[in-house]
Amino acid sequence: MFGFIIRRLAVAIPTLLLLIIFSFVLMHAAPGGPFTQEREVPAQVLANLEAKYGLNDPMWKQIADYVWGIVRHFDFGPSFVYPDRTVNQIIAQGFPITLTYGLLSFVLAAVVGVTLGAMAAIRQNTWLDYLAVGISIGAQVLPNFVMAPILVLIFTLTLGWLPGGGWSFQNADYWIMPVIALGTSYMASIARITRSSMLEVLSSNHIRTARAKGLPSRKIIMRHALKPALLPVISYLGPCFVSMITGSVVIDMYFSTGGIGKSFVDSALNRDYAVMMGVTILVGALTILFSLIVDIMYAWIDPKIRY
Amino acid sequence: MNKFLMSTALTMALTLPAAAATVAEGDELAETQEYNFWLLDAIKTTDPQKNTDVEGSDVLRQIFEGLMNEDLQGGMIPGVASDYEMSEDGLTYTFTLRPEAKWSNGEPVTAKDFVYGWQRAVDPATASEYAWFIELMNVVNATEIVNGEAEPNTLGVTAIDDNTLEVKLTQPTAYFIKTLSHPTTFPVLQSVVEEHGDAWTQPGNLVGNGAYTLASHDLGVQITMEKNPEYWDAENVILDKLTGITVNDINVALTRYQSGELDRVDIPAGQYPRLKEESPDEAYSLPYACSYGYLVNMSDKGREELKDPNVRRALALGLDRDIIVEQVLQGGQRPSYNWTHWAMEGFEVPEIEMASMSQEDRTAEAKRLLEEAGFTSDNPLRLTLNYNTSEDHKKIAVVAQQMWKPLGVELTLNNMEWKVHTDRMQNQDFELARYAWCADYNEASTFLDYFRSTGSNYGEFNNAEYDALLDEAVTSENPNEQYTAAEEILAQELPIITIYHYAQVDMIKPYVKGLPLDNVMNSWYGKDMYITQH
Repeated sequence: MFGFIIRRLAVAIPTLLLLIIFSFVLMHAAPGGPFTQEREVPAQVLANLEAKYGLNDPMWKQIADYVWGIVRHFDFGPSFVYPDRTVNQIIAQGFPITLTYGLLSFVLAAVVGVTLGAMAAIRQNTWLDYLAVGISIGAQVLPNFVMAPILVLIFTLTLGWLPGGGWSFQNADYWIMPVIALGTSYMASIARITRSSMLEVLSSNHIRTARAKGLPSRKIIMRHALKPALLPVISYLGPCFVSMITGSVVIDMYFSTGGIGKSFVDSALNRDYAVMMGVTILVGALTILFSLIVDIMYAWIDPKIRY
Repeated sequence: MNKFLMSTALTMALTLPAAAATVAEGDELAETQEYNFWLLDAIKTTDPQKNTDVEGSDVLRQIFEGLMNEDLQGGMIPGVASDYEMSEDGLTYTFTLRPEAKWSNGEPVTAKDFVYGWQRAVDPATASEYAWFIELMNVVNATEIVNGEAEPNTLGVTAIDDNTLEVKLTQPTAYFIKTLSHPTTFPVLQSVVEEHGDAWTQPGNLVGNGAYTLASHDLGVQITMEKNPEYWDAENVILDKLTGITVNDINVALTRYQSGELDRVDIPAGQYPRLKEESPDEAYSLPYACSYGYLVNMSDKGREELKDPNVRRALALGLDRDIIVEQVLQGGQRPSYNWTHWAMEGFEVPEIEMASMSQEDRTAEAKRLLEEAGFTSDNPLRLTLNYNTSEDHKKIAVVAQQMWKPLGVELTLNNMEWKVHTDRMQNQDFELARYAWCADYNEASTFLDYFRSTGSNYGEFNNAEYDALLDEAVTSENPNEQYTAAEEILAQELPIITIYHYAQVDMIKPYVKGLPLDNVMNSWYGKDMYITQH
């Protein structure tokens, strides 16, 4: 297992490098640049700007300088659109926000989703199952861009309990609606996956044998059913976790949280190459890291899986 | 003119009253003096020489102060400069600065701080996207410095002493004074910029000379400013705190206005009539210095058919602008048949024949002109209109498509992302393109200069008579005569098919006082505002 982890980490470096090169080339191939505006920047001013940010260098040099800056100082460069901020500052401000509401949403989605799914499977075709399935379907058909305005309508405009948007680490009032809006559709998916997986496991031979042996239901479910039933859930949780903690554009835009999801979209639209690269690398690195963690968890849950 | 005046500089000393918050009779001040305004997006920078955005300018006017400010009607009033003199030849301006003006760290604001700010704007090392603004002001050597042919210290701006600033221009410039409330011309403190580098604009580092100081700035969340006790007129400043709250969706912003989190927001398209009816004392439609239209590519890369002025005229005649502003936009915008916004100070909209015709007559004339050019419903003129992603642009484009169809014009709509749209316009890779232009200062030339042969002019309109009129306007006693004549040329040549003049359509809480409702530039100053009991 240790060798597997080392091998995966070693592969991660060239993967990230390829990601950087591809992203860099693709970004520069898109029409327009960071200084393309409705009011054309005069040629000489544009030349001054390009000289300042090294955009007049050949692309290989720009990529090499960029990678060298990261390797030497973990410096992702200056933003081209926010001239008094560096990419490091933009990520340092936005990522903790996204991480906070992303983690909370993940916990909400995973805990409630698994509980609902498991309960629905155990009490199949009872009112509890119908209720759980109903909640899941309800949450699934209400994507976050629909959920967000509904929450604001209820909690801000009608009840006046919560602020309609913004962010504060000190005041949890700002977290509640983003967490619910982001977490519910994931929760529904997790519940559905857990339910079907659990039903499959509950009808398998080893559970029947356990029941025949007279083992108590609680023991059967906790020890023999839940663990294998969670394998497909964990496959889903890995990418789900990455997408939650790397930000949701809808949540950032609707609640003006200042999270990293909006920065990603803005940087692409503004051709803010450095910010876009920074966020791409962050998302890429987290994706690699969490797919590795999922693989490790797989091995822990099912020792038959060997790497 | 007598010999004395000829031999000495003509003095035009103007001592004007400076504005401050004046509480109207009967108004009772609220205990909490805070104003929460809406920002559509993150403020890109609080560096006056690097800002390019309207919203950034709104913030910069609070934390910095230039030589001149704007009053509630858009007129120029003293800022840091208490008065100024212009030489007889119109080439030299001498400003007297207030000795009581201070930076937020207590240091006096001196002429050197303006010299540094202006030199910084044109210095290639700063790489300011608005370096061209100092060129537009015709300050001596601005162009040479931007081009790297001269040193920044050769710019035609000199500190005669701490309180006297002299500016030399390459040519008399009628609008020069009106450019002085633009953030690019604001002073900055050299020692602070040099100490902190690019981070000098961060809260805690930034030293400003405006009525407010920068308290916090969470990118894309909010920016807060607090009253600056060192401001020279601090005792007349009533608002204690200004907060710019970012809400990326205009509909969400309206919700947050309704929940009481914002004191002013834009009204989403089409909702003004309803909101005006529901809240007549909160919904406003104010003239706003921007014009909207479809730019015609007249360059060599453009379509031959569009080089025929009669075809352009037919397209212009065929658009029922009243339907667009009254049925589509519904926000108090005005239909336009000319380029310069109708509310620009001193500008008189010329009489344009098309404007006084009925739409029936316009449509008939359009049909006739197109038939003459060989286009009918059976043999349609096929054109493509580029526009960038926006519900409003799309709605107007669809309406135009339907209005032109019966005339024998088949319009293909080409929606693209903003940067792609701009890139194509700048490379003359279009037939017709949605375009809009907003004023940098309150004078018609800010619009008309666009269509100079040397202007931005993405359609590459080129007319010697037009250029000559604008050259003449620069030294004219009444440049509006030339501006009107220039507009008449545009109305004949139609390098752009104008559609409407903008209006700023806002919801404003009735307890917010001192916002400019008659300034077409919509420049507001927290120092002039206050909140009443509510």
